[in-house]
Amino acid sequence: MTDTGTDDDLLLSVDGLDITFGRGRRAVHAVRGVSLRLRRGECLAIVGESGSGKSATARALAGLAGPAATVAARAWRLLGRNAARFTERDWRAVRGRGIGLVLQDALVSLDPLRTVGAEVAEPLRVHRILPRDRRAAEVVRLLDEAGVPEPGERAAQHPHELSGGLRQRALIASALAARPAVLVADEPTTALDVVVQDQVLRLLGGLRSDGLGLLLISHDLAVVARIADRIAVMHDGRIVEEGPTARILDRPAHPRTRALLAAVPGPTTRGRRLSDRAPARTAGPTPAEAAAPPHPDGGAAVLACEGVTKVFARAGHPARTAVRDVSLRLAAGEALGVVGESGSGKSTLALLAMGLLPPDSGTVTLEGRPWSGLPERARRPRRSAVQLVQQDPLGSFDPRYPVGRVLDEALRAAGERDRSRRRARAAALLAQVGLDEGHLRRRPLELSGGQRQRVAIARALAPRPRVLVCDEPVSALDASVQAQIIDLLTRLRRELGLALLFISHDLGVVHHLCDRVVVMHGGAVVEEGPVERVWRAPAHPHTERLLAAVPALPPGSAAGERPGPARLPGAT
Amino acid sequence: MTPSLPRRAARRLLSALLVVWGAATISFCVLHLIPGDPVDAVLGPLVGASPELRARVRAELGLDAPLWVQYLTALARLAALDLGWSYRLDRPVADVLADQLWPTVELAVAALVLAVLLAGTAALATAGRRGLPRAVISGAELVGAAVPSFWVGVVALTFLSFRWGLFPGPGAVGPHALVLPALTLAVPIAGVLAQVLRRELDDTLGQPFVTSVRARGVGRTGVLVRHALRHAAVPLLTLAGWVFAGLLSGTVLVETVFARPGLGRVLVSAVTARDIPVVNAVVVISAAAFVTVNLAVDALYRVVDPRLRASEAP
Repeated sequence: MTDTGTDDDLLLSVDGLDITFGRGRRAVHAVRGVSLRLRRGECLAIVGESGSGKSATARALAGLAGPAATVAARAWRLLGRNAARFTERDWRAVRGRGIGLVLQDALVSLDPLRTVGAEVAEPLRVHRILPRDRRAAEVVRLLDEAGVPEPGERAAQHPHELSGGLRQRALIASALAARPAVLVADEPTTALDVVVQDQVLRLLGGLRSDGLGLLLISHDLAVVARIADRIAVMHDGRIVEEGPTARILDRPAHPRTRALLAAVPGPTTRGRRLSDRAPARTAGPTPAEAAAPPHPDGGAAVLACEGVTKVFARAGHPARTAVRDVSLRLAAGEALGVVGESGSGKSTLALLAMGLLPPDSGTVTLEGRPWSGLPERARRPRRSAVQLVQQDPLGSFDPRYPVGRVLDEALRAAGERDRSRRRARAAALLAQVGLDEGHLRRRPLELSGGQRQRVAIARALAPRPRVLVCDEPVSALDASVQAQIIDLLTRLRRELGLALLFISHDLGVVHHLCDRVVVMHGGAVVEEGPVERVWRAPAHPHTERLLAAVPALPPGSAAGERPGPARLPGAT
Repeated sequence: MTPSLPRRAARRLLSALLVVWGAATISFCVLHLIPGDPVDAVLGPLVGASPELRARVRAELGLDAPLWVQYLTALARLAALDLGWSYRLDRPVADVLADQLWPTVELAVAALVLAVLLAGTAALATAGRRGLPRAVISGAELVGAAVPSFWVGVVALTFLSFRWGLFPGPGAVGPHALVLPALTLAVPIAGVLAQVLRRELDDTLGQPFVTSVRARGVGRTGVLVRHALRHAAVPLLTLAGWVFAGLLSGTVLVETVFARPGLGRVLVSAVTARDIPVVNAVVVISAAAFVTVNLAVDALYRVVDPRLRASEAP
C-alpha cells in the first residue's frame, strides 16, 4: 500500500472489490477488482456510463448490494473497522450513522406514504440519537441546513407535494441526520434541472468543510468536475483511470475518459460529432457536413403559436397559468430550442403544439392553416405532419409489443396499407436511426435506453413528418448515449429537412443542436434569439441564471478550448 | 378543498342510494319471474283453499294490482324504511331480521379480525425471505384457501369440540361459541389475504425507497412494519372490504353447520318459501352493507395514501 496520509484521516478503503450478480452460468460479474480510498473532507467522484458498475459499487460500500449479489474484497476498512467481516447487525449499526447513502430521483427514493419529516427523522429514531419529543425541532434544523425553505411546513408535507429539487434536499437531510462520516451520493442530480442541480452540488460540496468524506457517483464529468478532488473513471466493472480532477480533465490517459469528456455538449462543440463511435451500420457525417446545418428557408412558418395561453384549474386550488401569451415561429427545416427550468411551461407548450391540448386563448397554426380550435376529426388527417418524441420512451411503448409491431402500428396509422411495404419501411426506418433488422423482434425492455429512444424516433418518423417535437428527449440518458442521440437528430434534420421544436432544460444541448432558442420562465417567453447571441450575451437575468448553472468543463481541459458562457460577476 | 368536500360526499351518497335502488329493483323483477304463486306461501300447506280465499289474500297483499303499482308501492315502503310483513312467519320483517342481524355482524367481525391477524402474521413472517419456511407457509395458505369452509367447520367440530371438548358444539350461545364458526370462516379468507399481502410486501421491498430506508440503518422488521405494510394495505383493504361485505350478507353454510342464527339461513328459507318481503329485505340489507363497506374503504384509502387526498377528481 502506498498510503501517505495519516490513517486517522482514512475513512474508507477497499481493495479488490468484486461484485457478482446471480450464480452459475447466468452470473454477471459487475465489478472487478475495484480499489478506492476516501479521506476526511475529500470528495472522490466515480464516473462512468450506465452499466459500468458504479452504482453497484456505491451500494456495496453501504452493504446494500442486494440479496442477488455476491460481494468480496481483499481488504475493506470502514471507519477503522474491518467491513469485510461485517454481519447484517454490524451493517445496521453503521448505516446512517457511519455511512449515509443518497440515491437519485428522490421521488422514488422517499417513502411516498410518509411525511418528509418522518423520513428525515428516521435515522434519529433508529440509532436512538434523540428522544421523540426533540426530533421535530432537529428535523426542521436539518431541512433548513439542506437549504429547504419553510422547513417547518415542508416537514409536514408528503414527498409528492414537493418539487424535485426539494425532495432531493430532503433526501440529503435524511442521509445526514445521524451525522455520518461518509456520504455516498449516487447520481444525486440526474433528475434535476440545471439550476437546481447547481444548488444541490453546492450543498454537497459545502459539506466537506465539516470533514465529511463524499463519494459522488455520476455519468456526467462536467457535473463532478465542479466539486470532486479526485475522479475515478469506471468502465465495464473496472476503474480504468484515477487521479486528481485537474489532471483527469487536462490529460486524460484512457480512451474512455476522453470519450466521456468529448460527450459533454458545450459552446465549442457545435457542428461536430459528440459521440466517438458511429452507431452500428450508420455512416457518420463528416464534421464539415455537420458544420453546415441546412439554412431555414425563411419562408412560411411550418408551425406557429400566436399569443397562446393555457390555464389549469383544479377544484379548490387557485388556477395555474402554465403557458402565458407565448408566440413563436418554427420555419421549415429549422431547429428551435425551448429552454427553462422544470415547471416553466415547456411541456405544456409541446402538448399545445401537438394539438393535444386546446389553448385557452391564442392560436396554433400548422403549415399555414389553423391547428388549434378544430375538432379532432379535422385534425387527424394532418397529424402525420407533426410528431412527438418524449423523454421516457419506455413509458410510451406497450411493453408486450416487439419493435416491429410498434413500427408497423405507426406505419398503418400513417396510411400504409400494404403489409410487405410496411415491413420494408420498418427496416428502412430502423436503418435510418442506426439500428438493424435484428431489433425488429426485440421488446422495449430488452433494449437499452439509447436504443429505445432511437426506436421512438423511428416511430415518430414513420408518417414522414415535417416537424418533430422533442420533449426532453435526452434528459434521461447517459452523457455518451445522449451524445449519440443528439448526433442522430442532427443528421436526420439534415437528411430529411425536418424542423425541430427541441425542448430541454439543458442549454448546452440546445446550443449544440439548435439555430434559435426561446427561454421560458413561469410560463412566459423571457428571451428569444439566435442561439449564439443568447449564449454570448444573454439579455434576461433568468437566462443568465440558466447559463451560469450549466455544468461546463473548465477552460483548457482536454475536450478543447471551452470559453465558458458569458457570466455576470457573482452569478456563480 | 372546502367547496368540493360536501359535493363529493353528496355524490357518493347518491351513488350509494342508486346501488340500493338497483338491488331492490333486480330483486323485485327476479322474484316475479320465478314461477309459482306467493299466495301459496302465505296460506301454507292448506292445499284446499277456496278461490275466494285466495282472491282475498291476493287483494290484501296488493298482488292483484298491476305490476308497476306493486313495484312503486314496494319502493315507497322501502323509502319509508318499512320492510313489510313476512308472509310465512306473520311478523314484521324488521323484527324477523333484527333477531338475525346481530349474530351475523358478530360472526363477520370476528371472522375478519381473525383472518387479518392470521394473514398478517404469515405474510410478515415470510415476506422478503426465501427458503423452506416460506414455501411451507405459502403452501398452507393455498390449502386453506382451497378447502371448502363447511369442511373446515366439520373437521373443527369433530376434533376441537366433540373429541377434545375445547369449544362448545353446534347451537351453543355466548362468546365461546363464536370461536369455531369464526375460525372456520377465517381460514380460507386468511389464505387469500396472506397471499395478496405477501405479494404486495415483496413488491414494495423491491422499490427504490426501501434502499434509502435501509441505508438509514433500519432493519428488516422495521422496513416491513413501518414502511411496507402501509403500502400493502391498499390492496388488502379492497379485498378485506369485499370479503367483509360478503360475510355481512350471511354465511349460510357455516350457520347451518354450527346451527347458528343468521341472515344466510333466513334468506335461504325465505327463498324456498317465496316469502317475498323477507327476500327483498335481505337483498336490500346486503346491498346497503356492500355500499357502506365500500364507502368506508374509500375513506380509509385516503388515510393510508396521502397522494389520494391531493388528487381529487374534478
